[in-house]
Amino acid sequence: MDWINAVLQGLLLGGQYALLACGLSLIFGVMRIVNLAHGVLAVASAYLALWLIQQTGMPSFLTIVIVIPVLAAVGYAIQRGLFNAALRHGELSPLLVSFGLAVIGANLLQEIFTADSRKISIGGLSTSSVELGQLRLGVFSLITLVVAVGVIVGLQLYLSHTRIGRAMRATKDDPEAATLMGIDERHMYALATAIAIGTVALAGVFLGMSTQFSPTYGDLVLIFAFEAVIIGGLGSLWGTLLGGLVLGVAQTVGAQIDPAYGVLAGHLVFLVVLLFRPQGLLPKAVVA
Amino acid sequence: MSPTTTLAPSTTLKVVRGGWPSLTGGGVLAAVVVFLAAAPWFVFSPGDVTNLVTLFALIILGTTWNLMAGYGGLVSIGQQAFIGAGGYGVIKLADVVGLPIPVAVVAAGVVCAALAVPTSFLLFRLVGGYFAIGTWVVAEVFKLVTQELPGFGGGSGLSLTAFQGVDRVTRIATVYYLALVLAVLVVLATYVLMRSRVGLGLTAIRDDSVAAASLGVAVRRSQRLVYVAASGGAGLAGALIAVNGLRVSPDSMFSVQYTAFMIFIVVIGGLGTIEGPILGAVVFFALQQLLDSYGTWYLIALGAVAIAVVLLAPRGLWGLLARGRYEVFPVGHQVYPQASPQAAQSVDFD
Repeated sequence: MDWINAVLQGLLLGGQYALLACGLSLIFGVMRIVNLAHGVLAVASAYLALWLIQQTGMPSFLTIVIVIPVLAAVGYAIQRGLFNAALRHGELSPLLVSFGLAVIGANLLQEIFTADSRKISIGGLSTSSVELGQLRLGVFSLITLVVAVGVIVGLQLYLSHTRIGRAMRATKDDPEAATLMGIDERHMYALATAIAIGTVALAGVFLGMSTQFSPTYGDLVLIFAFEAVIIGGLGSLWGTLLGGLVLGVAQTVGAQIDPAYGVLAGHLVFLVVLLFRPQGLLPKAVVA
Repeated sequence: MSPTTTLAPSTTLKVVRGGWPSLTGGGVLAAVVVFLAAAPWFVFSPGDVTNLVTLFALIILGTTWNLMAGYGGLVSIGQQAFIGAGGYGVIKLADVVGLPIPVAVVAAGVVCAALAVPTSFLLFRLVGGYFAIGTWVVAEVFKLVTQELPGFGGGSGLSLTAFQGVDRVTRIATVYYLALVLAVLVVLATYVLMRSRVGLGLTAIRDDSVAAASLGVAVRRSQRLVYVAASGGAGLAGALIAVNGLRVSPDSMFSVQYTAFMIFIVVIGGLGTIEGPILGAVVFFALQQLLDSYGTWYLIALGAVAIAVVLLAPRGLWGLLARGRYEVFPVGHQVYPQASPQAAQSVDFD
């Protein structure tokens, strides 16, 4: 029963990882940029939500109405102001620029909010659970998983069925041809980053509600999100969902063996996938 | 592949490698090294000497990271795996195996290079940014495994005991000269490598890896070579940091902070040149000594400067100073029209 429980808890944890990872997947899918500031932006979103709650006393869940647009605007600005310029210098430059951003972000957060661990309070929701026989599933974790699936379905529908989504995919496939068709490449890239960072903001607020975070927590977020993307397969949002679930299960089952081995087990599953199935579990099953 | 054969058809060109800037620059550098070798006896306090070991370690880190990222096109953000392995390795080799410190430091570097071989087969399945984060995952695995291994001190780490009973001046002098010699050797070895046939291939990979592959450069093999060499270099630097600080802990030795330092050093100094990382390490070290009391603001400023350099001056400080015309370590060839050797218009053939 312990093992079944570990797997179920892992699936729920995987929902959080999938939610954190889909922004990374989208930015890579459209622009081939690996955004090393991804984790810091998620943690910054959690701090912004916490700050809003402290300043205005607004309900925790309402903060996403403000945090998502603010972070999306930040994403648009980063792409327009920095990444677009970096892309012109070759593929190393965006990586170095995003690493610089990550260092700046983590240290700014530390300067403003100190290095103390914080958590966003969600009252009784953090402990309430539904019972399934002998198993208890956290309500908040279930909500996170549903939101993750919802975000991924939403992104898929947006990319495949809206005018802007189609323009984005066209830009991804062939930027020059898309420009000839009247698509503003720089604007498309910036919109894609804005959407991606918007999902990161949502994921960051959920992260802050479920766990203790500190300014350097972004490092772990980036690593876990990255592992979810690679396990699932590059360029596939459904793959990212699957990758998140696999990573979550690996960590909880590892922790069931020995609490110290949770994170390590996740890394090892990642390396095993890299060794035997480097294209990921669901490579390009669905175009992202 | 010899550049002279590609230029042979035109007899009106004069091809120069090096020349007076290299002789002057090399002379100045040699003088600096001689000064550094003599200085502990009459200029520096023991505290300065210990600090300078950090500078030498930074030069090794910058030079080898640049070899990998600047020439090989492999941006790793996980070299702290080998810094940590080198640090823990030297303590085990000196305290448990009983090797003399200098031998243990070099052996730690060799062990790290050997560890990098299997790691490369795993990581080379990833490209670009995904390779970068993959290296970080490997570094985390190294850190977690080190914490769990029996006899490695868990989360609190290890102390070096081999120096017990050695008086302080001898200890500091040993580490200082070892670091100085290793830094000079690493830079010289990089220079020799870059002048070789492999180095020419690496320069081509730096400029355009697809074109290099189409001309017969063994891109993958060259990249593996620089990855292994850079990991050995990171191991040496880690070992020096450990014998200088006398203790290691997982959080300090496997810190991603080292990657931030390496990237700043190489990007600010000049990516893809031998001179750049040395200049970058000196600038970084000076800033660190001056601004250390500002803590996080100092790191924020460094991040901003690095972004500005990447976007506005991608060739770094050395690129701004030399404008592609001067090389202290002559790797490239300058081509002048025969009629007027002093013509300002020179073509840079790397």
